[in-house]
Amino acid sequence: MLYNYKASCSTDKLQEIRQFIDDLLRQHGLSDVESHKVVLAVDEVCANLIIHSHGCDANESIEISVEFKADKTTVFEIKDHGEAFNMAQYKEPSLSDIIRTKKKGGIGLMLVNRIMDKIEFYQSNGYNVCRLTKDFKKQ
Amino acid sequence: MIEISTAEDKEYVCISVGGEVDASSSIQLDTTIQNAVSDGYKKIMIDCSGLNYISSAGLGVFMSYIQELEIKEINMVIFGLQDKVFHVFQILGLDQLLKIVDDEKSAKGLLNVI
Repeated sequence: MLYNYKASCSTDKLQEIRQFIDDLLRQHGLSDVESHKVVLAVDEVCANLIIHSHGCDANESIEISVEFKADKTTVFEIKDHGEAFNMAQYKEPSLSDIIRTKKKGGIGLMLVNRIMDKIEFYQSNGYNVCRLTKDFKKQ
Repeated sequence: MIEISTAEDKEYVCISVGGEVDASSSIQLDTTIQNAVSDGYKKIMIDCSGLNYISSAGLGVFMSYIQELEIKEINMVIFGLQDKVFHVFQILGLDQLLKIVDDEKSAKGLLNVI
């Protein structure tokens, strides 16, 4: 099953995006706690794109698709036309650095890394795509 | 939507955070904690029993105060986290860096207030 959602680049939309993802996961039998984590990971990616790639410009938008596969993996794709994210340049900060410098950047991706089984960034048909894979067999 | 209220006592302030703390609403949590610190409170309780969701933006707010609280010798205790929300603190190990207890009674005990 493939589901799609399009949201304008405003942080007000994050709540609606979370609801969309949570509804789907719950429909597919995930528990409250499990859904919560996965919703969080998708929210982090969307918030990064809306704030950093699009500067909260509500005239721009991001597209989210969710595909539940037969092998129990679920693939979340978040697509946009903003500035591409360079995963190769991302270095995970340490918690002590964040506390010392009070720079909050990077915490979101740390969470995504720990929650999802695979994170990929690539470009396709003029879109930047962030592809998150979660294997629910591992639960 | 985030819901924040504060109850001030002579000795301490209790900040109740409800609803959802995300990239759009975390600034309100930040401002409220900052006000409590500026007001000179040495004991701060954060009641999260109504908190349904927290993202990295909210976690970042708590993290950004760890050093300042230490320097100013301010004791901050978080209580009432739902399991699913507590789990988010655990993912990054923040449960080891912040004082988190089950309920108001334990929080008051830790802050030594009535």
